[in-house]
Amino acid sequence: MSTTEVLISELVELHGRTRNSLMPILQGVVQQEKYLSEDAMITVARELNISAADVFGTASFYTFLDTIPRGKNVVRVCKTISCHMKNKEAIIRALEDTLKIKVGETTHDKQFTLLTANCLGWCHKGPVMLVNDEVYPEVTPETAVEILNKYGRSK
Amino acid sequence: METKKLKKVDIIFENEQGLSMAVLEKTLKRNPDDIILDLIDSGLKGRGGAGFPTGLKWKFTKNEENPVKYVICNADEGEPGTFKDREIIERVPEKIFTGIAICGYVIGAKEGYIYIRGEYNFLLKNLNVKLQEFNEKLKKLHFDFKIYLRSGSGAYVCGEESALFESMEGFRGEPRNKPPYPTVAGYNSKPTAINNVETLVYTTMICHMGPEKFKALGTTDSRGSKVFSVSGDTPIPGIYELELGMPLHDFVEDFGDGDTKAVQIGGASGFCVTRKKFNDTIIGFEGIPTGGSMMIFNSSRSMYNVLHDYLEFFCEESCGQCTPCRIGCQQLLKGIEAVKRGERPPSYLEDLKKLTATMKIAAKCGLGQSVGNPFNSIVDNFREEIIY
Repeated sequence: MSTTEVLISELVELHGRTRNSLMPILQGVVQQEKYLSEDAMITVARELNISAADVFGTASFYTFLDTIPRGKNVVRVCKTISCHMKNKEAIIRALEDTLKIKVGETTHDKQFTLLTANCLGWCHKGPVMLVNDEVYPEVTPETAVEILNKYGRSK
Repeated sequence: METKKLKKVDIIFENEQGLSMAVLEKTLKRNPDDIILDLIDSGLKGRGGAGFPTGLKWKFTKNEENPVKYVICNADEGEPGTFKDREIIERVPEKIFTGIAICGYVIGAKEGYIYIRGEYNFLLKNLNVKLQEFNEKLKKLHFDFKIYLRSGSGAYVCGEESALFESMEGFRGEPRNKPPYPTVAGYNSKPTAINNVETLVYTTMICHMGPEKFKALGTTDSRGSKVFSVSGDTPIPGIYELELGMPLHDFVEDFGDGDTKAVQIGGASGFCVTRKKFNDTIIGFEGIPTGGSMMIFNSSRSMYNVLHDYLEFFCEESCGQCTPCRIGCQQLLKGIEAVKRGERPPSYLEDLKKLTATMKIAAKCGLGQSVGNPFNSIVDNFREEIIY
């Protein structure tokens, strides 16, 4: 069995073999592998005895259930109004310049994916960004770049 | 932070110190019908934004004859400008659990769920530990009830209750037709009492202090207090628990930066109120009801940009299931861009307003129905900024 198959059988064991477990299982795969590969979705479908199209249909609905490869660290900068007013543009520019990628892209070494997100719920402390599940409120262009270093950005 | 005009209230975050457990033990000995009567008497309405009377919701769910029922805590806080539920979850999770358990006792459920948005995943670790402790305590009280955690995955529309059920059942978060309402057929098509985080904490606190004290706050139409999330052009952004039914003018005096031109009440799906109407606008069910999002804009802000931002948000977050919302959001966005560029005459804004009226009637859920709120209130009040 591939590592993905092992992971999925563990997740199925943990959450149960029902449609109600689909979201927790997909979330578990993304937690480990950062995205849902075709193989992963087919395996989940087989385990839960539903069609692979159903799995893809569900996964593709959710912003956090990516179906294209993502880097080891996924950076999401909030772009909604309050963070917009606190100059999220400068944060995005600094991250783009540092990582040498545009929003939506992944670095060549597969270490970072840069994305924007709708309201992250930190409107009083914008601009805010998430790196994987960790939250960083009140970032500046400088601290945003420093945070990347924490996640092993090669200088 | 000090507020001069408005009286601050301290119910939600009031010192926990074993309060929840005491309330739970006391309440589990009461007759469920009496608890419902207390909640109805208190005048508590849902704090998520829709404002349905909580006591009635519990009563309807209790009255359903079904061996399987559920309690769900809606922690899919996604409305732009709202962040109160995150603070409540971080600071007083036991009060939420207690509210869920009391609800389970009242309606006759054995399972409760907290559906928390994926953006708050960093809260899960602590929350899980606290939840395990709580579930253990329930066992010790010999109350057959257990609470589980479920996560969202970044979809605003899943805050809509029926979309939330779809998501929990492993489907795309597409809202259902209503009726049937959740109290009849919710999660797994079973009777479900679904309440906002803040509402559940208030139910705990009403069981603690009695309906009279709660009722004494606020106005006849808007009983009690509410947690407000204040952001934008304010020197003191943050969370404030305030009495409902306050005049917007007083709010702006306390929170504005002295140059406030407009306040967006209720987030992207709420209403924009301009300076000249601050005096006769009431925050509450008799005026503008809100889930608590208060975004303040000063005179340096372009209201075209604000509206553009909201419409982009709705274009991305529309689930795409029904045509009025899917196409409507896109056309509104394209429409104001075309007017701004001069490709369409200013009168085109009237056509777009008609489109929002159609969306209000024809969209399947609250998302599409409420896009007209920000659109019309911003276009009507700041027409010049939209056109030129």
